[in-house]
Amino acid sequence: MSVLVVVECDKGEVKKSSLEVASYGAQVAQALGTTATAVAVGEATEANLAKLGEQGISKVLFDNEPRLKDFVNGAYTKLIAAAADKEQAKVIVLANSNIGASVGSRLAVRLKASLATNVVELPKIDGGQFTVKRGAFSGKAFADVVLSGERKIIAVKKNSIEALHNGGQTAQVESFSAQLSDADFADAPKQVIMQDQAGGILLPEADKVVSGGRGMKGPENWHLIEDLAKALGAATACSKPVSDVDWRPHHEHVGQTGITVSPNLYIACGISGAIQHLAGVNSSKVIVVINKDPEAPFFKAADYGIVGDVFEVLPKLTQAVKELG
Amino acid sequence: MKFLVCISNVPDTTTKITFTPDNKEFNKAGVQFVINPWDEYALTRAIELKEAQGSGTVTVLNVGEADTEPNIRKALAIGADDAIRVNAAPKDAWFVAQQIAHYAKEGGYDVILMGKESIDYNGFQVHGMVGELLGIPTVAPAMKLDMSGNTATLEREIEGGKEIVEVNTPFVASCQQPMCEPRIPNMRGIMTARTKPLKVVEPVGEGAATAVAEYALPPKKQGVKLIPAEQAGELIKLLRNEAKVI
Repeated sequence: MSVLVVVECDKGEVKKSSLEVASYGAQVAQALGTTATAVAVGEATEANLAKLGEQGISKVLFDNEPRLKDFVNGAYTKLIAAAADKEQAKVIVLANSNIGASVGSRLAVRLKASLATNVVELPKIDGGQFTVKRGAFSGKAFADVVLSGERKIIAVKKNSIEALHNGGQTAQVESFSAQLSDADFADAPKQVIMQDQAGGILLPEADKVVSGGRGMKGPENWHLIEDLAKALGAATACSKPVSDVDWRPHHEHVGQTGITVSPNLYIACGISGAIQHLAGVNSSKVIVVINKDPEAPFFKAADYGIVGDVFEVLPKLTQAVKELG
Repeated sequence: MKFLVCISNVPDTTTKITFTPDNKEFNKAGVQFVINPWDEYALTRAIELKEAQGSGTVTVLNVGEADTEPNIRKALAIGADDAIRVNAAPKDAWFVAQQIAHYAKEGGYDVILMGKESIDYNGFQVHGMVGELLGIPTVAPAMKLDMSGNTATLEREIEGGKEIVEVNTPFVASCQQPMCEPRIPNMRGIMTARTKPLKVVEPVGEGAATAVAEYALPPKKQGVKLIPAEQAGELIKLLRNEAKVI
């Protein structure tokens, strides 16, 4: 009876969010007096999977079926269900990603489990009952949810849990086959198109984000955002009005009906701070607001602020970051 | 082709969230409820596809008590043909998914659409549960949906990109932008919506699989530390030495 964690891999590497998931699962396993086993999905290498020992994982199950490199809901669900049965896992932990939520919701039905998504803390364990804190109302609140099913599935929000790094520990990688058939690949992608990311930092995985609003006045000024993001190693994002008028692609839209981010640092440039935007960012650890309007509501939600013209302030910030070395 | 669009009734996006004194329930007092913004993509796209096909029906389904009917009527005014209201408070995703799966099966729908998630509970779970209960594929979250005969071509968002996926009916998709430009009701739609069929049915299946013990609001910020614009570089030093985030 181990805890099963689902680790998503991309281009051979375990995603940062999955290192957090592995650490979460290992801590739950420790609390339950058992071990944590991982099952890998996506394009993985055995060497990188073995390193999950640093996050407290003892064993990794890996199906080297080439069609599992891309996300397929049907096949991933069957693979993880088979791993859960093999390990007799009562607790399954995955990332609160598009993949994790798609698979987790099917698994909940298949395994008759209680599911909580968007979870931000380790569970409080009371006998067979878990209570988990999860984000609700699009970042405007939290809910403590009781999972009373015999099996529990927890989808962990990115950047909520610190990844463990116990140097030198390695996990045993074991080949595993879920006996997948063609029918399990009904929703296999015909084509996968990855975004061309400035600086290569994906917004959902980023721990620093530089975001622009209408105060940037036009898409031609976005180099100011990109320069600061590049200097900081941050991803770029935008507010809803900006993606609505196509200055920036919709996948950069952060807010209530866009994506919710919780980076360590969120720098908002020329964004007034409508309640719908705040909902998408208010679980960021540190919020910086740059706006020429001292009355902008965003300042009330900020840790640091500069009342000033973004066109003057941004180059100064980029310069200062470069000088830090 | 028969489309089923599942809508939920949620607090307007500008709502300041508060809870009842025991923190066990959302405080509905004075709150304006709207159709979940993500569900509007599903609704409008279903209507567009039906129009393009020149035949078929769009049915909206809501799990909710009588107070959700104004928003069901709004969906009818936008262009749905008829509606089903499952007469129960939506306890959790599992409870709602069982209702949708049951009535979807009963009605023999080809395409089941809903928003990516509701903006109140943000579960992002119902789509997968319905697909699993019915044993059909789920594509979530879908940014684009086109139909050709019984085959749908969808764009599924994945972290950092998208997948082009083809599935045959029946299937479930959870929708998000930029799938379409959500429609708003026109006067003619509002008039005709009054007489469109709205069937009220009773809930089926098991109860909820989860329960909320308590709600809480995020901790308040300490207050903003302002740095003069001329000394903008100081901010970077504070972020490194004080906040320790860079």
